[in-house]
Amino acid sequence: MGRAGFPANAIGFAIGLPLILAIGGLEAFRPMGLSLPALTGGLLTLDTMIRVGLFTIVLVGLNLLMGYAGQVSLGQAAFYGMGAFFSAIMTVRARTLGIPPALAEAWWWPWLVMLTGAFLVGLTAYGIGRPILRLRGHYLAMATLGLGIVVYILLRENLGLPHLNLTGGFDGIQGIPRLRLGGLLLWPAWRYYFLVWLFAFGAIALGLRVVRSRVGRALRAIHGSEMAAESVGVEVSYYKAQVFGLSAAMAALAGSLYAHFQTTVIPATFGFGSSLELVVMSAVGGMASIWGAPFGALTVLLVQEVLRTQLHRVIPNAQGEFEAIAFGVILVLIMLFLPEGLTTGGLRWLRSRMGLRPR
Amino acid sequence: MIREWVGGERIPFARRWGIAIAVLGLMIALILLGQGHGFGALEYLQFILDGLRGGSIYALVALGFVLVYRVMGVINFAQGAFVMLGPMLTAFFYEQKWPPAPGLRLALAALLAVGIVGALGMIIERLTLYPARRASPLTRIIITVGVYLSLQGAALLLWGPYAKVLPSFTTLSLSDPTYRFAGVRVKAQSLWIAGTLIAALLALGLFFGRTTVGKAMRACAVNRLAARLMGIPVDTMSTLAFGMAAALGAIAGIVLGPVTRATYDMGLELGLKGFVAAIMGGLVSFPGAVLGGLLLGALENLWAGVTVAGFKDLFAFVILILVLLLHPRGFAGTEAEVERA
Repeated sequence: MGRAGFPANAIGFAIGLPLILAIGGLEAFRPMGLSLPALTGGLLTLDTMIRVGLFTIVLVGLNLLMGYAGQVSLGQAAFYGMGAFFSAIMTVRARTLGIPPALAEAWWWPWLVMLTGAFLVGLTAYGIGRPILRLRGHYLAMATLGLGIVVYILLRENLGLPHLNLTGGFDGIQGIPRLRLGGLLLWPAWRYYFLVWLFAFGAIALGLRVVRSRVGRALRAIHGSEMAAESVGVEVSYYKAQVFGLSAAMAALAGSLYAHFQTTVIPATFGFGSSLELVVMSAVGGMASIWGAPFGALTVLLVQEVLRTQLHRVIPNAQGEFEAIAFGVILVLIMLFLPEGLTTGGLRWLRSRMGLRPR
Repeated sequence: MIREWVGGERIPFARRWGIAIAVLGLMIALILLGQGHGFGALEYLQFILDGLRGGSIYALVALGFVLVYRVMGVINFAQGAFVMLGPMLTAFFYEQKWPPAPGLRLALAALLAVGIVGALGMIIERLTLYPARRASPLTRIIITVGVYLSLQGAALLLWGPYAKVLPSFTTLSLSDPTYRFAGVRVKAQSLWIAGTLIAALLALGLFFGRTTVGKAMRACAVNRLAARLMGIPVDTMSTLAFGMAAALGAIAGIVLGPVTRATYDMGLELGLKGFVAAIMGGLVSFPGAVLGGLLLGALENLWAGVTVAGFKDLFAFVILILVLLLHPRGFAGTEAEVERA
């Protein structure tokens, strides 16, 4: 949301890009035996950073939808899962689907699948969003909630076609191939890390672009007053549906990248709980801020990590229950005291410190 | 007057017929699917009766959604957590040694649980939604999601992941008597559930129709500003409505307790299905919500009977999407109310 007077976007790229490059370089070369876990006391690993990158892609879309279009999605993990399973099925189950091996084994096939998946998922979301978004209010939240659960059950139940075993039921799909770029295998992890963050920065740049574009202006107008926007000719539902489709496509893309990173996908990863987690991340980072995406993802993943590794020192026998409580409490507190999230709230504080006019 | 408030404005008969035809069509489709299994009329009747049991629970939960939505304008996703806390607390108190008579102990435990959940609801409203009363609806919805997560986590912390068992209300033991009427079986607990639903409806009707507090709450739902100008403490009414909805949810969970096993995560499914029922009723009407709940339960059970077991939960959410796409007003409510949502 950088405007004249405070070049937040420039600063974001100027700090973010070198930082990400430095972390990748550190892990790629391990100079003098240094590594990311060693430097951060085991708190951050390359694995976590890849996840932050993946979530950043999802969250940029979700922030556009929640922060700018003012619609909640309680089923964003479904789109993430649709992308992941589309990639997994089209590569691992290629034979079942009758795709010729020559095609399915080409290095560019997973990439093609990834893009097709993102496009199809985006189109689906647009198709659902168009009629529902004609209604004012939070009907999209309810529809996405339903959609999320429907998708989860379909994945879990093999899409209702048990004889084909496309999704693998509860156990999901194993053995998803790593991505290749021509002859170059995008693995070990640091190579994949660069790929994910390339997409993540692409998503951020796209998000910033959308915010400043005609669509972004329309959304801001809608946010100000839907009626006023409509009266000057902004077709409200059209823009909202567009953003919804875009956010779903971004989630699907991240899902595909996740599938090729993890090489295993199970339906449980994409349930209602994960959708809530995404909302928490978005709220923590700041819904109405594109830069909030990486911060929200990083903060939440770090909190999870700390709870998982450190909590038993304070409270013995502590299990996952504290994670849920902590998540819930964090969500409520952020909404009550810092509804703009960490980034926007932090920026406001910075602006006031620098003597710039707070917006 | 109360009829209008409770039921929303009358809808044209043509539209009402449209809904009826859609429901009938769905039933016929389900019955045709069942033909493949060779089911007879009796089996279908049995499916529907069993489904109405679940449906009554959905209806009770849906009443809570509608209550909070009408008075506060918030979709309360924490409702499922209250549904879970009801039987968990009841079972917890029932496991204590006092009083020695099991019947009295169960009744006391249930009363105590409903009271605690109701009070908890009011406290939570004061702590979370009241400070955010001027925030956007989006913020308030996310807050209720946070409350749900915390409560579910707290239950897991207190009682662990193990299922708690409530005794049947009739025999006070684990076995529940089954009555037979002309070839169909009805469990005794189903009668308790149906009775509870009817009692809850009567109580709500009396509360909103006859008591000053109930009338004040209705006034808040119709027009908050005007209600405030008339000297009604609208914020107190919000708190009270939230507490009542929580207590309703707890009651639903308690009467369901003996039929299923109570676990810390049971609230999600029941809360969401109650929510679907409320949506089917248009989210603003009490009879609509009850009708939605009963219909959802019956159809869902029919569906579960004719398809794979794993697909049972699919039905409610497919219905949710269809209702939103095709007929977001549900059985009742007006364009204006849907717009306000």
